[in-house]
Amino acid sequence: MADTIAAVATAMSASGIGIVRISGEDCMDVIHRIYRSKGGKFDIRTADSHTIHYGYIYDGGEIVDEVLVMIMKAPRTFTGENTVEIDCHGGVYAMRRVLETVVKNGARIAQPGEFTKRAFLNGRLDLSQAEAVIDVIQSQNSYALKSSISQLKGSVKTTIEELRSRILYHIAYIESALDDPEHISLDGYSSELRADVEEELAKVERLLSTASDGKMIKEGIKTVILGKPNAGKSSLLNLLVGENKAIVTDIAGTTRDILEEYINLGGISLRIVDTAGIRATDDVVEKIGVGRAKDSAKDADLILYVVDASTSLDENDVEIMKLLKDKKAIILLNKADLPSVVSVDNFVNDVDNSGIGEMTYPIVAISAKEETGMEELEEQIKQMFFHGELTFNNEVYITNARHKAALEETKKSLNQVLDSIEMDMPEDFFSIDLMNAYKELGSIIGEEVGEDLVNEIFSKFCTGK
Amino acid sequence: MNKLEEFYDIVVVGAGHAGCEAALAAARLGLETIMFTVSVDSIALMPCNPNIGGSSKGHLVRELDALGGEMGKNIDQTFIQSKMLNKSKGPAVHSLRAQADKQAYSRQMRKTLENTEHLTVRQGEVAELLVENQCITGVKTYSGAVYHCKAVVLCTGTYLKARCIYGDVSNYTGPNGLQAANHLTDSLKALGIEMFRFKTGTPARIDRNSIDFSKMEEQFGDERVVPFSFSTDPESVQIKQESCWLTYTNPTTHQIIRDNLDRSPLYSGMIEGTGPRYCPSIEDKVVRFADKERHQVFIEPEGLYTNEMYIGGMSSSLPEDVQYEMYHSVAGLEHAKIVRNAYAIEYDCINPRQLNPTLEFKNIKGLFSAGQFNGSSGYEEAAAQGLVAGINAALKVQGREMMILDRSEAYIGVLIDDLVTKENHEPYRMMTSRAEYRLLLRQDNADLRLRKKGYEAGLISQEDYDHLLLKEKQIEEEIKRVEHTNIGANKEVQQLLESLGSTPLKAGTTLGELIRRPELDYEKLAPIDQKREALPWDVAEQVNINIKYDGYIRRQLKQVKDFKKMEARKIPEDINYDEVNSLRIEAKQKLNLYRPVSIGQASRISGVSPADISVLLVYLEAR
Repeated sequence: MADTIAAVATAMSASGIGIVRISGEDCMDVIHRIYRSKGGKFDIRTADSHTIHYGYIYDGGEIVDEVLVMIMKAPRTFTGENTVEIDCHGGVYAMRRVLETVVKNGARIAQPGEFTKRAFLNGRLDLSQAEAVIDVIQSQNSYALKSSISQLKGSVKTTIEELRSRILYHIAYIESALDDPEHISLDGYSSELRADVEEELAKVERLLSTASDGKMIKEGIKTVILGKPNAGKSSLLNLLVGENKAIVTDIAGTTRDILEEYINLGGISLRIVDTAGIRATDDVVEKIGVGRAKDSAKDADLILYVVDASTSLDENDVEIMKLLKDKKAIILLNKADLPSVVSVDNFVNDVDNSGIGEMTYPIVAISAKEETGMEELEEQIKQMFFHGELTFNNEVYITNARHKAALEETKKSLNQVLDSIEMDMPEDFFSIDLMNAYKELGSIIGEEVGEDLVNEIFSKFCTGK
Repeated sequence: MNKLEEFYDIVVVGAGHAGCEAALAAARLGLETIMFTVSVDSIALMPCNPNIGGSSKGHLVRELDALGGEMGKNIDQTFIQSKMLNKSKGPAVHSLRAQADKQAYSRQMRKTLENTEHLTVRQGEVAELLVENQCITGVKTYSGAVYHCKAVVLCTGTYLKARCIYGDVSNYTGPNGLQAANHLTDSLKALGIEMFRFKTGTPARIDRNSIDFSKMEEQFGDERVVPFSFSTDPESVQIKQESCWLTYTNPTTHQIIRDNLDRSPLYSGMIEGTGPRYCPSIEDKVVRFADKERHQVFIEPEGLYTNEMYIGGMSSSLPEDVQYEMYHSVAGLEHAKIVRNAYAIEYDCINPRQLNPTLEFKNIKGLFSAGQFNGSSGYEEAAAQGLVAGINAALKVQGREMMILDRSEAYIGVLIDDLVTKENHEPYRMMTSRAEYRLLLRQDNADLRLRKKGYEAGLISQEDYDHLLLKEKQIEEEIKRVEHTNIGANKEVQQLLESLGSTPLKAGTTLGELIRRPELDYEKLAPIDQKREALPWDVAEQVNINIKYDGYIRRQLKQVKDFKKMEARKIPEDINYDEVNSLRIEAKQKLNLYRPVSIGQASRISGVSPADISVLLVYLEAR
């Protein structure tokens, strides 16, 4: 049987129940480590196959969730391996915590398509399904790879790259001394290394805390603000950001014409994207901005369409309404403080007449200037979320959990280096753990080790006959 | 027209370190073997540095010895100084290095070859390979003689279209002015074999009588010498040793080099071959590491019956007059007389991607190759490949399963896997950092790792093998005993601990736990281990290492388990990668080019992603 993998098997949304699935060799040990029955005495490893058990998931001494655990023993399972499913409370936070606890206790996050792959390799799927399995693996992987790297914030990537290059330098130094002891000496090197590793460890810990509160990757519901120029989009953004002191961060490297902000609205995190106003234009620069705004609307989870209620609708509005098709959206009638030209009623009429279909979007009147209508907007978004109309991109959470696991491993390896220095172990043991840290950090930014070390040795250190 | 025709089982081309091992292995396995060399006087020649072993290379020699090779035994009989390197580091990186008496080394090897049954030594240049239906059938020499055979091992070293260069002088010869082999390359190219051109170099040799040793630091050998071979009696290597000497270059030396760079063939473009980065010429060091004020220079004897001294660290292809000026600027070499100039050498070799891990060509059955011809560098790397190629050529002719060593079994496995799987653009040198499981691949346990393989192939005697089995048993039993020996916190124990600078016990523990303390070991704890029986030193050594580094060793063993699973998944030879729809184009191209033997090997090819590997696994399952 293969090593033990875990994943969230249901959508990451505010649904009632979520399932975390574990499969593989150490599956029963993993659940044993984190599960406690109500009475606290039952050893879940002794459970019969295909039985369900009520209890709690613990992370150390802390209760993570109240759950039902389904035990399924090989070979009568989907993957053909020992499998455990944890039914936990739906909701992104609970599922994430359960998954992280599982990973901390001996499982690793599954690769995309890996459950299906195992099912196939263990003969649980028909041979005729091979082609389909292959397609799933390849397409999900290329998507995951792309999204995992693009979701990473620029500043995080830079920090990881810097950490890696320091670590690689140390490995190369130790290794060239081992290869050429008569040219390069390691005398007194461990104190220098200790200081540096301590510094790196602190950085990894900072990254870990960022990963824990979700600031490491660009997560949240992608909310795009659309509207004609001067409809009040930017004021709305400022208002949302200003009202909510929980601004996560601004993103370095965003383009001049698209601005992203992170806010937390009543427990729901939103990634808000402000765009250039949309109108027919001949101006080249503006055209590019308009194009980008349209692109950004295409993969939005939610669109906030800001309408200037003080002027009449025109062909530009029709253009924007087309972008709303098949999307979740909220119409905001802005400038409620001014005498209005567009009312809720005639807006509905206009939409119906525009030929894009029936008007079903909620409408909220606001005044970005007078700061009114924001509670209604907040309420509206919460409603949509808790009714399951809005969901998170699953992949983002998986990526985050994977990054976290990699950082935990890095931390463990660097601590191991410090322990080895403390215990006066020979230097060649340091480089084994340093290499581990180097690999783990690389997995976050999608870099493999390859010939890195050999190249570093040859370029930085003069060795040889 | 020459009508000479002879029949052999195996033909070995070349009598360097690879050729010698290949020929000996094949002949010892009972195959009629003929070994060709351009000069019988150059058998087992050491044309560059006068030493065997060194970091990670020492491991190769120990492994080769465990498998039944000759290099370890040969150097044990002909060394003049020996050192265990990295003794203050962990056991995984301890490495033996011995200075050889070059002529004695050569002579001793020649004697062994000439007195091996089934082995014929023949001077002559092999000019052409005879191939029918992608199978080797023989070779033809430049004189036109034909030698029919069932397998060929190519070990041509640096001799193919060799050219030696210094300054604007260039000679089409092999090392030391020996005749180059100028015809075989064309035959190889005609067979569709892809060739590379590599370069390497060597420093000058200087007359001992012209050196002022008072300006240098003397370097001694170890007081107690450890032999390379597991079969050598340790007492037989406790000989009187020669010294080496250490001196340094200085800013003047570097200025001389910089002033004459325009006369260096390396920088003028006269040399086209790719040189190794790990063994740079002194002009390379001065250019690339411009801020270093001095470089080490090791003065090493070439043997007991010559005054020639090797100038380690100063290989060069600068013109003769610049060489004089440059060497004379070094402390102790002010009046040095050069016996042989430093030079660079260029030669043809293959892209080793064309080989299977057995060292047989993928496209020509029965054709094997080893050594610098495969793009490696170093005597030890060559010998290790020669042994594997020789064993496999013999096993193939005998219709037995060939031997593949993997990365978790031996440095030799790492060496060959790297050569045949990774893109290689310079002469390949072994390094300890290339071995991911190096805590397991120690020089001290090479016999435990590999003797069995050598025995199965037929190169290790029953007696040696029985000795190994006994050793294994003793180690296992002693580890068990030590781990279960309880040690109480009594006065005797506390006193010993205190005298060894270790914290006294608060409660009872086991002997094993005490051995794991950094400041203690198996030997030191003997006084409080009442039931200990006298064991051979090498058994005690294994017990100590295995207990002391138990945690790390177990971690690596776990990694090896995963690794082995992937290696065990073989890929059928007739697989058509174009048929596997979902492989990415880059992966298809690479897989077609390398044609890996296992999923494990496939996963190490650059450009093949983990997702491609998953796809392959599913495809193979569905086939």
